[in-house]
Amino acid sequence: MPDPQHPLLDIRNLVIEATSYPPGEPPKTVTLVHGVSLTLEKGKVLGLIGESGAGKSTIGLSSMAYGRGGVRITGGEVILNGRDILKGGAAGLRALRGREVTYVAQSAAAAFNPAKPLMEQVIETTLSHGLMSRAEAEVRAVDLFRQLGLPNPETIGRRFPHQVSGGQLQRVMTAMALCPKPDLVIFDEPTTALDVTTQIDVLAAIKRAIHETGVAALYITHDLAVVAQVADDIMVLRHGRTVEYGSVQQVIEAPREAYTQALVSVRSIDHVEKPEAPPLLSIQNVTARYKGTNFDVLKNVSVDLPAGQTLAVVGESGSGKSTLARVITGLLPLGQGRISFDGRVLSPDLAGRAPEDLRQLQMIYQMADVAMNPRQTVGTIIGRPLEFYFGLRGEAKRQRVQELLDQIEMGAGFADRYPAELSGGQKQRVCIARALAAKPKLIICDEVTSALDPLVADGILKLLLDLQAREGVAYLFITHDLATVKAIADRIAVMFKGQVQRYGTKTDVLAPPYDEYTDLLLSSVPEMKLGWLEQVLAHRRMEGAGN
Amino acid sequence: MTRLPVSALVGLSFTSAYFLAALFAPLIAPYGMAEIVGDSWEPSSAQFWLGTDSIGRDLMSRMIWGGRTTIFVAACATLLSFGLGSILGFFAAVRGGWVDQVLSRLVDLMMSIPSLISALVILSVMPVTLPVLILVMGVLDSTRVFRLARAVAVDIAVMDYVEAARLRGEKQAWIIFREILPNALSPLVAEMGLRFIFAVLFISTLSFLGLGVQPPMADWGGIVKENKEGIVYGIPAALIPAFAIATLAISVNLVADWVLNRTSSLKGGRGA
Repeated sequence: MPDPQHPLLDIRNLVIEATSYPPGEPPKTVTLVHGVSLTLEKGKVLGLIGESGAGKSTIGLSSMAYGRGGVRITGGEVILNGRDILKGGAAGLRALRGREVTYVAQSAAAAFNPAKPLMEQVIETTLSHGLMSRAEAEVRAVDLFRQLGLPNPETIGRRFPHQVSGGQLQRVMTAMALCPKPDLVIFDEPTTALDVTTQIDVLAAIKRAIHETGVAALYITHDLAVVAQVADDIMVLRHGRTVEYGSVQQVIEAPREAYTQALVSVRSIDHVEKPEAPPLLSIQNVTARYKGTNFDVLKNVSVDLPAGQTLAVVGESGSGKSTLARVITGLLPLGQGRISFDGRVLSPDLAGRAPEDLRQLQMIYQMADVAMNPRQTVGTIIGRPLEFYFGLRGEAKRQRVQELLDQIEMGAGFADRYPAELSGGQKQRVCIARALAAKPKLIICDEVTSALDPLVADGILKLLLDLQAREGVAYLFITHDLATVKAIADRIAVMFKGQVQRYGTKTDVLAPPYDEYTDLLLSSVPEMKLGWLEQVLAHRRMEGAGN
Repeated sequence: MTRLPVSALVGLSFTSAYFLAALFAPLIAPYGMAEIVGDSWEPSSAQFWLGTDSIGRDLMSRMIWGGRTTIFVAACATLLSFGLGSILGFFAAVRGGWVDQVLSRLVDLMMSIPSLISALVILSVMPVTLPVLILVMGVLDSTRVFRLARAVAVDIAVMDYVEAARLRGEKQAWIIFREILPNALSPLVAEMGLRFIFAVLFISTLSFLGLGVQPPMADWGGIVKENKEGIVYGIPAALIPAFAIATLAISVNLVADWVLNRTSSLKGGRGA
């Protein structure tokens, strides 16, 4: 029976600290979590949401009294089943972890031992705690596999981690966590590394399993739309402090704090589609494969991109969208077909391209921190294209760097900083400035906002649109995030298994009738409303029954 | 200023003492390098601090002059091996393909023959002068540097910022010296200390075998050779250069460790 006086988990005034080692300075103590309190009753799900560095994983792990990599719990109480687990000592923790509290990690691929079959790993904790006999544990595991909707539940346990897909592996890990019949499961971004079409299945499986086993859960994610589907309560965190804590309905539908409102209304960019125009970049029947393979990664791809417009290339991982970028830049010579740019046919490989082609075609990467040389200052990074393409030196170069910094809304002091001294959003802005320095006609943006927090990503998208309006630059925007596509695209190409599945203007592509894959993709994107998951699943069941 | 750890302090003081002695040998050596000033194997005294050697030369002076030769040859060979090895290694990593294959297999071939054997064969048919010694040692040792430099550069060459430079149309030299070298420096500097020590051991071994520095010029391996018969009679003259070689090796390594700790941010700058 739920008892509000004695909840399952009661965290009071939790303070968590760590020691940081800034280069060239003495080590100092930083506080990661400042007095956070929460309660969780049996059978309920609490969503912890926030940007990277908000302390959500740190708080989640503290409910099994664990501090990752030098993190220390220095204050407060964590009361589970009426006991303060912080005072348990090593033996008490051993009895607790894997029995009362279990954990589902973000990357299932990294969390499994590749040398052991799945079943061994799923029942390992249950056996080591002596909770069941091997035969009982295997029966329970098979039941869980069935509950989680895994194919061939009786035999899948004999497979090895590399023999199942990423989404299946994530569900197997959920089975592993549920097998010892714990009171509490911590889900740490369980669907973040998955494609949208896979995410929806895993999400539904997790939700059903939580419901059927009656376990309580802490669900950690940065995606408010996802957490709205599974949680009963939501806690919004920022910089290790509670911003807002309430029922899922209240937080999603009537957020009180400005920060939560911003999170809910993110991706609210309005972008009016531009009219048809002659193409700047024209890709005709392009086929490409990697050296030493006999498999075409791109099959007969044809798309056009008019000057000053944005073509969004959407697809799951492995659909060939990044390969398309490599072919356009010349890093991967195409097999058949041709690419014309600004009226000229581009040489298939990089070495054969004129400096003018290289200048007019720039690229921005997903991971801004490895796209900049860590030993060069921002001034050098942005200044090099100016020097290289336009021969700018000295004062002229310095002034132009300053202009570019102003364009990306960063101040004068940044020219002397190193990439390590910038935040994630600032790094991406510097990469944009570097591309802009060449005065390109086309910038290829490869998942440029995927590694960023939603509010920061929003800022980057607005900046890109702003620059497009001012400089007339065209973007080829590669992404798996359909919300981003809706926000910025003029044209859309949906890619699936190396082929363009659907291509046209934004309104055409996003309007029915859809082909099967586009329908699946579009309907899988979590929407920020309650009950969305049930609606989609019910809809799909009906369609399935109709066939 | 951060405080120096004790090990670095010990390493720095020994290393700098040896290097200073080598640099100012003509000023501080009490006697000339090959000057016979007493009886053979005199014990240490106020006149001869470390005694005399097998034919009556002042051992202290021999040690100072010998250190000068040993350190000079080893340093030049190390610089040569680093220049050659790292540039070729970076080049192989950046170019890839057949260039990489040819260079790497050539290095494999050279490394498959023990370098001491190669050196003995080459030096037995060539005139043994200091430049030849340095050249032979430098080229043989550059194979090790090549492997390290190539391995480090292969990791860096796949980074997006190198790709960005390629897309910009940068020349090979810019990519090697401006994008890769600054990021490969700290493992290379640490390796440099180690390779210097191997060079000291190598030249000493060659001299001990009689194919290194030729008498009457002094060097530490040669001094061991000249005085090795004395050990049987309880005369320590051969042990003094051996001790010098050992302490130089250890102290240079301590310095290299400290440099690596300071320049790499591994484990949150543990050496800071």
